[in-house]
Amino acid sequence: MSAISTTATPSSTQTRRHLLSVHDLSTAQIREILETAAEMHTVQHREVKKLPTLRGRTVVNLFFEDSTRTRSSFEIAGKWLSADVINISGKGSSTSKGESLRDTALTVAAMGVDALVIRHSASGAAQQVSQWVDAHIINAGDGTHEHPTQALLDAYTMQQRLGDLAGRHVVIVGDLTHSRVVRSNLICLGKLGARVTLVAPPTLMPAGIAAWAEADGFALSHDLDEVLPTADAVMMLRVQRERMSGGFFPTAREYTVGYGLTRQRLDALVEANPNAVICHPGPMNRGLEIGADAADAAQSLILEQVSAGVAVRMSVLYHLLAGEGSSQ
Amino acid sequence: MSALLITGADLAGSGRQDLLIEDGVITEVGALRSTRGADVLDADGLVALPGLVDLHTHLREPGREDAETIASGSAAAAVGGFTAVLAMANTTPVTDTAEAAERVLDLGRAAGLVDVQPVGAVSKALAGEELAELGLMARSRARVRVFSDDGRCVTDSRLMRRALEYVRAFGGVVSQHAQDPHLAGPAACCHEGELSGRLGLPGWPGIAEETIVARDVMLARHTGSRVHIAHVSTAGSVEVIRWAKQQGIAVTAEVTPHHLVLTTDLVAGYDPSFKVNPPLRPREDAEALRAALADGTIDAVATDHAPHARHDKEHAFVDAAFGMLGLETALPVVSDAMVSAGLLDWAGVARVMSENPARIAGLSHHGQPLAAGSPGNVTLVDPSADVTIDRDSSLSLSRNNPWHGLTLRGAVHATVLRGRITALKGGLA
Repeated sequence: MSAISTTATPSSTQTRRHLLSVHDLSTAQIREILETAAEMHTVQHREVKKLPTLRGRTVVNLFFEDSTRTRSSFEIAGKWLSADVINISGKGSSTSKGESLRDTALTVAAMGVDALVIRHSASGAAQQVSQWVDAHIINAGDGTHEHPTQALLDAYTMQQRLGDLAGRHVVIVGDLTHSRVVRSNLICLGKLGARVTLVAPPTLMPAGIAAWAEADGFALSHDLDEVLPTADAVMMLRVQRERMSGGFFPTAREYTVGYGLTRQRLDALVEANPNAVICHPGPMNRGLEIGADAADAAQSLILEQVSAGVAVRMSVLYHLLAGEGSSQ
Repeated sequence: MSALLITGADLAGSGRQDLLIEDGVITEVGALRSTRGADVLDADGLVALPGLVDLHTHLREPGREDAETIASGSAAAAVGGFTAVLAMANTTPVTDTAEAAERVLDLGRAAGLVDVQPVGAVSKALAGEELAELGLMARSRARVRVFSDDGRCVTDSRLMRRALEYVRAFGGVVSQHAQDPHLAGPAACCHEGELSGRLGLPGWPGIAEETIVARDVMLARHTGSRVHIAHVSTAGSVEVIRWAKQQGIAVTAEVTPHHLVLTTDLVAGYDPSFKVNPPLRPREDAEALRAALADGTIDAVATDHAPHARHDKEHAFVDAAFGMLGLETALPVVSDAMVSAGLLDWAGVARVMSENPARIAGLSHHGQPLAAGSPGNVTLVDPSADVTIDRDSSLSLSRNNPWHGLTLRGAVHATVLRGRITALKGGLA
């Protein structure tokens, strides 16, 4: 691929061994990943999609938690770069009884893998593994902590439609407490200069959010209708129905009235800003946090996010792995 | 007849004296000459404290002898300057019968390095539902006086009330692990605050401790019973305890060395070495705890020594076991954080690490002043020695030591149990 080969010294990003958190990336590195992703994206529209870039390299998707879409996205990304991609389902270790995380990680790494893509239900799992094994670690979602490639693909998708995100107003709505997507997005959007407002009922906002917002310079609101008219992008986060039993909110109906992207709110959004866009990391609860009208609206980027996911993950694999060893 | 002459020790900071221990009892204090064929322990430059007493250890036997045994825990205790430790009841099986308590006592005697005093469970199997056989444990050879479901909170208010009332008959005390399980459930693994929010870790808010402390001091007032608050971790709990003491309520409290010094920011790297229950708190809480220990609001330092096999700590942070080693590092930490900082003198250390814990636990043979007639339990401390903590030199079977690599001022030089030197210069004697 010509564009890649012209920029073939894989960049400053390449000095990074891991992608554990968006904190690991400088603004320049984020921009570089997004630029490469754009080049990778064109591959998806070609008849023959494979690039030889990671031939002979082995990428293991080590998923302790089910996630068909993220795993598939990494798998396709690796395969289009000609890496050997293997999927391993780790056993969930909700108790401290089974094999330790360290033993599982060492066992997989001992097979001689170049990169481990890790999804785990526990926050910090990818970071812990990075201290035990030599392979490159990519965090594909750790508990309620981070999901850096999701934030990168969100930024990529929004940029495609909105241009540079600097000064743009991104409103993120939903279950912030239990969302790794929001944590990675706060860092990523902050580095790209976007203005962020988080909207949720107080019970779905993480502990200490006020101090955090103050330190990192984002806004908080409990009133979606007040915030919506100034939004350039609205990112709706999944709200799990199980949260009701945790007493986080009384009923789905009440949640939707307060915080759902309903037909009426879609109209208000479009009326105020016809170019505004709607994102959702999926999977959606149609009718709860997002109505069908909004999900399928012209402003919706939801399927484009999925498509961009592969390109962004190709870019991340490329920046971490290419240029190292014999394959380059 | 055995005799040990300790020469030139500064008695809890009150001046240099010699100390003669004969047949396990201090017989003379003063400027003594080495006669009568006594062994001599040169304590020039050292501070002598009454043997240290730890209200709160987990010795893991029976049940988890891979993590610690009563013998290995006793060795760690002796090296750490302790002459008596209380062994918590959350073993497998639980110490909830007279037989189980006597077994712990006997294993401690067999090890022979410190007096191991069993703590009895408040509720059968720590289930929090029915009272364990508190009276039979009290009447047993183990003479149990401290009862605790530690590891779990006695949540049910009625059960807590009954336990407080019941143990009054034999001068017992309930040591409460204050944690409202609805406000801080089993997954709660990190102080709830800005950092837990950023890290995406389930938070353990201070209020989950404080509401239980507040309830229990009111129950103690109502019942006229004694309540002891284990491992106090927040400034809010300190305020409640201070108020309760002013009211004349019979409440005592302990703080761990780690809560005095270590703070929540240490968990930012998800290192389970710093995962402990209750969790490490912000700096302001640690400051309030040090002040409360200095002014007497908190009565005692207790280690909550909690050994864990390495593989139980090598899980994801939320799944890893709670707890830290503490027996061998407690005195250096208190020396460094309290004495070097000018918050406590050595008489104060004697108070919070020996006299008060012995009094709370009803151990009449410990925590007595270093005077003629007292039991010959002595801890000699080198106040100017800098020790660099090395987890691999521990006599514990476990290595979950959060102090590894830190240099602290103040070291245990020797431990003497009833006239016998049990530990010397970091090793067993």
